[in-house]
Amino acid sequence: MERQLRYLQALREALMQEMRNDPNVVVLGEDVRQSLRGITKGCLEEFGPDRILDTPISEAAFVGLGTGAAISGLRPVIEFQIGTLLYVAMDQLANQVQKLRYMTGGQAKIPVTYIVPGSGARPGLAGQHSDHLYSMLIHCGIKVLMPATPYDAKGLFTAAIREDDPVVLFAPSAVMGVRGVVPVEEISIPLGRAELRRIGTDVTVVASAPLLVETLKVATHMEQQGLSIEVFDPRSLLPFDHALLESSVAKTGRLIVFDDSNRTCGFAAEVAAYAGESLFQYLRAPIVRITRADLPVPFSTALDKQVLPNAEQLEHAIARVMRYNPRLQATTHG
Amino acid sequence: MSHLEVFNDPMACREAYRLMLLIRRFEERVIQLVNTNEIAGTTHEYIGEEAIAVGVCSMLDRADVIASTHRGHGHIIAKGGDVKRMMAELFGRSTGYNRGKGGSMHIADLALGIYGANGIVAAGVPIAAGAAWAAKIRKTNQVAVAFFGDGGANQGVLHETMNIAGAWQLPMIFVCENNQYAVTTPSIQSTAGPGISHRAAGYGFPGILVNGMDVENVMSEVFVAVERARSGQGPTLLECKTYRYQGHFTAEHALKLTYRLQEEIDRWRAEDPLLLWAAKLEERGILTAAECIDIDNQIKELIEEAVSYARASEWPDAEEAFADMYVTCYPGLPARGFEWNAN
Repeated sequence: MERQLRYLQALREALMQEMRNDPNVVVLGEDVRQSLRGITKGCLEEFGPDRILDTPISEAAFVGLGTGAAISGLRPVIEFQIGTLLYVAMDQLANQVQKLRYMTGGQAKIPVTYIVPGSGARPGLAGQHSDHLYSMLIHCGIKVLMPATPYDAKGLFTAAIREDDPVVLFAPSAVMGVRGVVPVEEISIPLGRAELRRIGTDVTVVASAPLLVETLKVATHMEQQGLSIEVFDPRSLLPFDHALLESSVAKTGRLIVFDDSNRTCGFAAEVAAYAGESLFQYLRAPIVRITRADLPVPFSTALDKQVLPNAEQLEHAIARVMRYNPRLQATTHG
Repeated sequence: MSHLEVFNDPMACREAYRLMLLIRRFEERVIQLVNTNEIAGTTHEYIGEEAIAVGVCSMLDRADVIASTHRGHGHIIAKGGDVKRMMAELFGRSTGYNRGKGGSMHIADLALGIYGANGIVAAGVPIAAGAAWAAKIRKTNQVAVAFFGDGGANQGVLHETMNIAGAWQLPMIFVCENNQYAVTTPSIQSTAGPGISHRAAGYGFPGILVNGMDVENVMSEVFVAVERARSGQGPTLLECKTYRYQGHFTAEHALKLTYRLQEEIDRWRAEDPLLLWAAKLEERGILTAAECIDIDNQIKELIEEAVSYARASEWPDAEEAFADMYVTCYPGLPARGFEWNAN
């Protein structure tokens, strides 16, 4: 029987393998020696205190430290305990590490990986711990990965550590406990390659990692109504696999982007804008975005679901794009 | 070379004078070129502060690392930067240090350990600390220097980095160039406590007030700080009191600002670091007035060569705008603002 691992274990395995492969791989972050999140468990014992450091609560400084160390030849892996702490370090991320290679005329090589375990919203954490802010990073041109399965978690984390540019990897809380087949040997998945999780002919649903499981359930459910849903898991948000999206939309003619970040200027807006500009000839219905509302996620479990994207909205959107008829619409609005 | 050797070595003493004068003349020429629009934008001149860059960098090895500030030309020259490639960068040419993508506030030469000037106040400080951290765990014996100003002294990231450097005993030196004004805001109005050098005590390492107009004083204190860093005793903060003779940026004079009195500027000009060092060297029989003039003439020639080089250099190709963003590129990266070949 093929070996199964949880998503979190797959991340840990990738890190341990890369630390064994390359003595320049070092870990920085808050509470990484005790490994509050579990990814770095055992690193201190195996690799010693020089290669894994607990930082003070100083996000801007430790991001800058990673930049300087990477220019000097190390390959730091920086763990963010909470995804929204990226905001605290924004100058060092957007204005420093991401720009220095370009601004030095290509002199600097800055191989840093930022890992954000448990990203996104979880019940009861309220507005300051819940944003899924990958859209903001891709807006700045930072490479961003978001694996949805244990296999991809191992393969993409490995690829991120080996990449010679800064890469942020989001490991959404919604999938951290998922189990799946993961090979014992090293695997590396190239950046910029999406994966079709389900083949269909009627509608393409771009489902970012935290929403993938729900999307597959909806697709199975809709199949009973005779609808064939294609599920597109981007995996790599930047670079994005435009070619695979084009071939999918060319087939289905309908596109829904189901995404866990904010609406305005979000990842879904970018995918929709791309499709509107470049895939217009294939489209048989308007593109639909399902995103978070542009609001802090409220504390109450009675309210949070109003702000977060959900399966019911997806079912509704699928029905809407399927019944869309341009002639009927023209009559209605005329 | 230790500071004691420098003081006993006439060649090294003269070289310190030459570098200070090179910085001064470079900046004076840059002002003219900004005013005639040959250099786009604005620059932040280092005139008046030359003793700090030269005093610090003359105590460093080539492999040691510096992270500079928006007022960075002096640091780059003192660390061995080539004035031709600097000037070409200011002109936005392909032969510039950053191939025309950085300009005045961002000149870098990684081969010389110059991790770049920086346009955001104190943002280079943690980057220097990262170099120090890498040096420590890889046991390379390098030291890293973070330059910042009295303005940068009040940035959070500086304090975060001083805390980490103290806690981890990083081999680095924090060099505060206190020129007493953050743009137009007097440091004494915006800075709490008895002085910036005192802040090091809170992080458990020495903080020393240095006369930043006296290159000898700077060299002496940097020598001690470098020894401490290399022998594993951790960081040092040097607050170098200084003064900028020009405005915050080149075009400031046009704004007719009144935040400084002429008497104050004149008082500091009387303590000019170049005059002070030349007088000391003359007294010690190391440098004559005639030699000063010779050095000046050689420098002026060097700078005119740099200007000619920059003027004669090619502008970068249009496609260069899209190069150097990533080590590894992918289809669609970097995204362009318009697709010329779309259907």
